[in-house]
Amino acid sequence: MTEVVLTPNTEIDIKIEADVIKPDEFAGKSKEEIEQLIVWQGPDQLPLKNFFDVKGQGGSSAEETSIVIKGDVARVKMIGAEMTAGKITIQGSTGLKVGAEMKGGEIVVEGDADSWAGTEMKGGLLHVKGNTVDHLGCAYRGSWKGMTGGRIVVDGNAQSQIGGGLTGGEIIVNGSAENFCGIRQSGGLIVIRGNAIRAIGAEMSGGTIVVEGHITNFTPGMQYEDEQYDLCFEDIECGGVFKKFTGDFAISKKPKGVLYAGKEANLEL
Amino acid sequence: MAATIAIKNGHVFDPLNEINGDIMDIYIKDGKVVPELSDAEMKDAKVVDATGKTVMPGGVDSHTHIAGAKVNSGRLMRPEDSYKWNRPKTSITHGGTGETVPSVYLEGYEYAQMGYTTAFEAAVPPLEARHTHEEMHSIPMLDMGGYLVLGNNWFMMRYLKEGDIDKAAAYVAWMMRTHKTYGIKCVNPAGVENWGWGKNVESLDETNIHFEITPREIIEGLTEVNEMLGIPMPVHLHANNLGHPGCYETTKESLTIPSKVKPNQDMGVEWAETKIDPTKDKSIYLTHLQFNAFGGTSWRDFESGVKDITDYVNSQDHVVIDSGSVPFGEATCMTGDGPSIHDIAVLTGGKWSNCDVELECGSGVCPFTYLKSNPVHSVQWAMGLESLLLIDDPWKTIMTTDNPNGGPFTKYPNVMTWLMSEAYRNETFSEVHKWANDRSTLGGVSRELSLYDIATITRATPAKTNGMAHRKGSLAVGADGDVTIYDIDPTRLDVTANYNDLLTKFRYADYTIKGGEIAAHNGEIMSIPERRTYYSDIKVDANEEKKMLEDVKDWFRYYTLGFENYPTPEKYLVNPTPINVNMEK
Repeated sequence: MTEVVLTPNTEIDIKIEADVIKPDEFAGKSKEEIEQLIVWQGPDQLPLKNFFDVKGQGGSSAEETSIVIKGDVARVKMIGAEMTAGKITIQGSTGLKVGAEMKGGEIVVEGDADSWAGTEMKGGLLHVKGNTVDHLGCAYRGSWKGMTGGRIVVDGNAQSQIGGGLTGGEIIVNGSAENFCGIRQSGGLIVIRGNAIRAIGAEMSGGTIVVEGHITNFTPGMQYEDEQYDLCFEDIECGGVFKKFTGDFAISKKPKGVLYAGKEANLEL
Repeated sequence: MAATIAIKNGHVFDPLNEINGDIMDIYIKDGKVVPELSDAEMKDAKVVDATGKTVMPGGVDSHTHIAGAKVNSGRLMRPEDSYKWNRPKTSITHGGTGETVPSVYLEGYEYAQMGYTTAFEAAVPPLEARHTHEEMHSIPMLDMGGYLVLGNNWFMMRYLKEGDIDKAAAYVAWMMRTHKTYGIKCVNPAGVENWGWGKNVESLDETNIHFEITPREIIEGLTEVNEMLGIPMPVHLHANNLGHPGCYETTKESLTIPSKVKPNQDMGVEWAETKIDPTKDKSIYLTHLQFNAFGGTSWRDFESGVKDITDYVNSQDHVVIDSGSVPFGEATCMTGDGPSIHDIAVLTGGKWSNCDVELECGSGVCPFTYLKSNPVHSVQWAMGLESLLLIDDPWKTIMTTDNPNGGPFTKYPNVMTWLMSEAYRNETFSEVHKWANDRSTLGGVSRELSLYDIATITRATPAKTNGMAHRKGSLAVGADGDVTIYDIDPTRLDVTANYNDLLTKFRYADYTIKGGEIAAHNGEIMSIPERRTYYSDIKVDANEEKKMLEDVKDWFRYYTLGFENYPTPEKYLVNPTPINVNMEK
């Protein structure tokens, strides 16, 4: 795999949109060509080199290209959007929409990711080692379908609207979630290792949500089924005792959504 | 400034003049078609070589929803519609977004790219007329007009119930002038009023709440008033029970109501010289036949009921229809028929917006996706094409998608190509649910429309139906210099092997000329020509109008706004162009 190293060389005031930072664009390009790739800053279109020092060149194909961003790029949006293959490593925090509509390959964010990480993702792996904000793996505003495939792993916390409109793929949050996790979910899997606040699985018609920790305000349209032990979804394991619910009966007469809540943390349910 | 222009050696298709592919030159001067140009004029003229190309009058869309309150609601509730459909600005155009409900500027550009120069907003609620005109003011490229929604208007219902046809006529005339609208739209007569109480009407003879008037009485009354006044176009009817399996029977019965009403077009305009009589000869214009022709009794035994209606239309001379074709993909259902939109929202679980327009009408909006895999949607696709192919006479049919209800207008090229190519229809049959074939008659239809037919159903018939043939829909001397040139060589047209080619050629006309100015070339906007807003300025007996206004002022206490704030002043219109109607009074 050929490595391209990007080092931020300036303070960015107006946030930039850099969906060109992905192996698909870098593949087959020389250092100079990569430097000339266009990013948007407000109404202006500027070359990538205005914001990054580039080292190395693209591999023969996207699969053969690895991009390493050395440092914080919290003011850079859309890194890895629509990428199909290869790898991006961000050694810091990143801006909005990292890995949006990603189809394949791998993105590792060593710091935090801003909102809309992995929005409408279709394939590949997005691994955020820090925290994320809202709309993780969610559908775009007003859209029916969120993530349809691939996997998102967050080591820290994620906030509201995780996996909105999820139809496929997996989202695993090792920390806590806030509101409306899995809203309108019709497929796929969401695992929250920590706590959640409210409206978990609201309007869900299919798919699975696991919340191992405490749920503050439980969704009223959920119906208790039974208790289950040590859940296992292929390579994803959730140990312990869970209360199993189906829902959301507020929307459909025969909903196929399943919500598991950790028993120990939710004795009152 | 309108240029002088000469279009040379094109194959001209001009049905109003019975010109079918003849190689001719078309000359335009001062925005109008002229018989010839002098040598001196030729020197300054812009010459467009149309050798081996198809030349038609500019497209006329007699039924689209591109301006007004419900269109704007559609934009607001569909951010996702703008997300993946966006066009950057150029040195002369604005940027724009949205596939099914584009922003105002984009609407004009996209129509012009397709070769259309005229469009009518098919539902203007009187209270929202000002808003509608404000939006139309910002739609570039197109000559426009709007139809006033009157099928559930309190004053109308009251006058018709009382049998006071003269006051009803005076009211219509005053309303057209007040709101600068062009024709009458009638949506689910009597039913929308009931929707205020969560109800609808099921049959033509069911009376509604409070007004105790039936759909039949409203259709009778409106069509009578329409012809009494000599309004340019027939009443534009969206029949009752739309969208419910079995509704085709209601529709067929509705069409019989005005069969004895004699069409009367009383306008003081200058007519372009056409070979075919361009005056109105229909007493009813049925909208989106497809949505009004559902057969069966439920979604399980749903089938096409189009043939029953087209048989009737074939046997009669007083009906013209537009198709409301379904080209698959994203759509946004929006109509003045509030209850029908509620049904769609319940059926699909989609986002739903609903509005009651005080004393006048209502409306609803719900996004929709037509899927090839869905049995009902597949039949709807077939039905839209049946509507246009089973009616023998193209002078009775108009191609639309009821934009954006069946699909966005940008998919007209698909509909045109399906109509022209059985091979393209067969290809689609192989991709859609088998119900499309099993539950419609489309599979047995081998008719393929010619370019002449296409020119008829997208230009001549809509222009003639709307009473715009005095200046639109033909290339006659005196007509507006609106011309579409498609890069299609009619002598080499192969709709069996090469139908895919037509899709791009219809989508991006080689040239769109508006009033003698080149508006678009090969998909690129070249200039922003002048445009007009047409409305009917109807004269009625002054005494009758005075008596009617006393009633109106009396009942205005039910409105939330003052009488003085009701009218739409001319300053809201771009180049207001009144059409003088009923001049004798």
